[in-house]
Amino acid sequence: MLKRFSLEPSRIALNLAVLLIIALWTFPTAGLLISSLRDKNDIAASGWWTALSSANVNKKTHLKDMVDQVEKDGKFTISGNVFEGADAVSGKVSAFGTKVQAPGENAAGASAALDGGQSLVVNPDGSYVLSSPTAFTADNSGIRVFYIASQPPRFTLDNYQTVLFSEGIGRSFINSLTVTIPSTIIPILIAAFAAYALAWMKLPFRGLIIAIIVGLLVVPLQMSLIPLLKLYNAAGTFMGAPSKTYLGIWLAHTGFGLPFAIYLLRSYIAGLPKDLIESAQIDGANDFKIFRRVVLPLCFPALASFAIFQFLWVWNDLLVAIVFLGSGPDQLVLTGKLNALLGSRGGNWEILTASAFVTIIVPLTVFFSLQRYFVRGLLAGSVKGG
Amino acid sequence: MTAQILYAFITVILGVGGCFGYFYGSNWLLDKTFPANANNDASAVRNLRIQGNIRPWLFLGPAMLLLSVYLIFPVIQTIYLSFHDRAGDQFVGLANYKWAFYDDQFRLSIFNNILWLAVVPALCTLMGLIIAVLTDKLWWGNLAKSLIFMPLAISFVGASVIWKFVYDYRGAGQQQIGILNDVVTYFGGDPQVWIALPFWNNFFLMAILVWIQTGFATVILAAALRGIPEDTLEAATIDGAGPFKIFYRIMVPQIYTTILVVWTTITVLVLKIFDIVLTMTNSQWNTSVLANLMFDWMFRGGGDFGRGAAIAIVIMVAVLPIMIWNIRQANAEQKGH
Repeated sequence: MLKRFSLEPSRIALNLAVLLIIALWTFPTAGLLISSLRDKNDIAASGWWTALSSANVNKKTHLKDMVDQVEKDGKFTISGNVFEGADAVSGKVSAFGTKVQAPGENAAGASAALDGGQSLVVNPDGSYVLSSPTAFTADNSGIRVFYIASQPPRFTLDNYQTVLFSEGIGRSFINSLTVTIPSTIIPILIAAFAAYALAWMKLPFRGLIIAIIVGLLVVPLQMSLIPLLKLYNAAGTFMGAPSKTYLGIWLAHTGFGLPFAIYLLRSYIAGLPKDLIESAQIDGANDFKIFRRVVLPLCFPALASFAIFQFLWVWNDLLVAIVFLGSGPDQLVLTGKLNALLGSRGGNWEILTASAFVTIIVPLTVFFSLQRYFVRGLLAGSVKGG
Repeated sequence: MTAQILYAFITVILGVGGCFGYFYGSNWLLDKTFPANANNDASAVRNLRIQGNIRPWLFLGPAMLLLSVYLIFPVIQTIYLSFHDRAGDQFVGLANYKWAFYDDQFRLSIFNNILWLAVVPALCTLMGLIIAVLTDKLWWGNLAKSLIFMPLAISFVGASVIWKFVYDYRGAGQQQIGILNDVVTYFGGDPQVWIALPFWNNFFLMAILVWIQTGFATVILAAALRGIPEDTLEAATIDGAGPFKIFYRIMVPQIYTTILVVWTTITVLVLKIFDIVLTMTNSQWNTSVLANLMFDWMFRGGGDFGRGAAIAIVIMVAVLPIMIWNIRQANAEQKGH
């Protein structure tokens, strides 16, 4: 135990190695999150990794010209602020100069002597005073000034506002929920009953049915797409209904999720103590009652595991959604929308990063809050023979 | 939008209610038709036996129906379609497979798929194993594992956006906003359009899947590592085995089956890989894989279901050995009970 906290070089190296791997793993996501909160001009101008430090930017501006001069006590002054103007930035001036070779010649607040007895002061807040003993003329006013401004990091929620309300991400969010929630709930119940039957009830061909379900676990989704598409089209024509409906995709996700659901729940339910089931049987309870009263409450952890899996899988699915749902705003789910945005808004990183973060925030929340069940399901699903 | 939420809500209630209704109703009907508390013992016993014969099928019914419609029937239908023409009417024998064999795009997809299969499962398992071993002895190991595990919750499309940003390209001399090109230019290299580099772009796409799946491998392998008896490790340490020797002489052999399971699970996933290629390159720059090729043939020019089905069968055949192995494992496990 003591060894854990010792400062041997090998321990330090170990910690550093793990830190490095973690940095490598989290950097891409961090980049997405930080970028989505930045101003869209900033995203295009500098890397997201510079977002947290105040950036020093070199800028130039033209001071006001002779029409703005004020005469007072025989001295002529022009005053203003370098941050005013078309491509102005905000921030804090650290230095300024009038020559392109030396843009930071003078510290902010100091007075710089210019030609013809003029002097210029640029304060940190950007205000400046240009003074001269003689009246300004067209030749010696409106001069160029260079300055170095340090900009504090700027963060904004504007990108989120844009994608949620004018890019259609908000609508797609609702569509995704519409697809996901029923597709998660429906298979649980169906699978739980089937799993109980396969675990504890006497029935012929039980081994065969289990073998088929295990086999179906790895059947590529691609195998099902063409026949189901044909089936849906035929059913749609037959009933005079559209072939792309939410009902259609719920059933599809239920069907595709069932093998894993039954497999996971069966191995859990089969592991319940035999005495429990038998004593309930002796008490005269039939299987329906045993399932409802005894088994269902006990297999809550397994149900939760599966629910998380199915939720993540359906929420993150793209293929099933683009095959079984339309691409109109009333049916396009988040993954499909994001894919469409990648095509149409390829260079607009403020749109893409914010949209992507909206799509991943739900699974990440589910993941971090219910990680325990997720891991348990993962272990049960893959280590036990699968 | 409100209408949609309402519609969704009502259908959830109806669907779930329907499920409950079915299970309650059918069981109630069974109990009523063959009452267990019948007048005489003989008929009660007979009724109980009939109940016992019918009830499992009531439980299994909906699942079997859905599995048949959504998986079993389609598999058979796809096999059938793969021997038929684009609309599925005319029998064409092996023509679709023959076409595939000579089609450049198909060959490229097979080649890319094999490349993915060779790299991704191996890299994920290896990285997972290394991270599992490294974090095993750290007091903040669980936090570290969570962070590496996190991408598993992110959709392939979301991950593609994340990585497209990493790979973003600006012309030489401009400020790079993609971190990879920034690092490359920092060390004096030229910025590259990573996802358009012939051949190597495949590896940049694979990196995304490795990033996602390493967490999976880590968690499974870490659990297996914890299962190794402490005594074994202590004995090896006392015998003077160094950390590397312990790793490949004791740890790896002990968790060999788990490594195999992780490997095959990721292999199955890689065979079906679709979203990443679609969103990153849409099969351009020679990155096509089988699933994407199949998708193209499903919809391109009104769709050619025969060719699409033939490609699906190729994916299926590749999965078949794993499927058979799984079934044998499951059967062995059942006999063991």
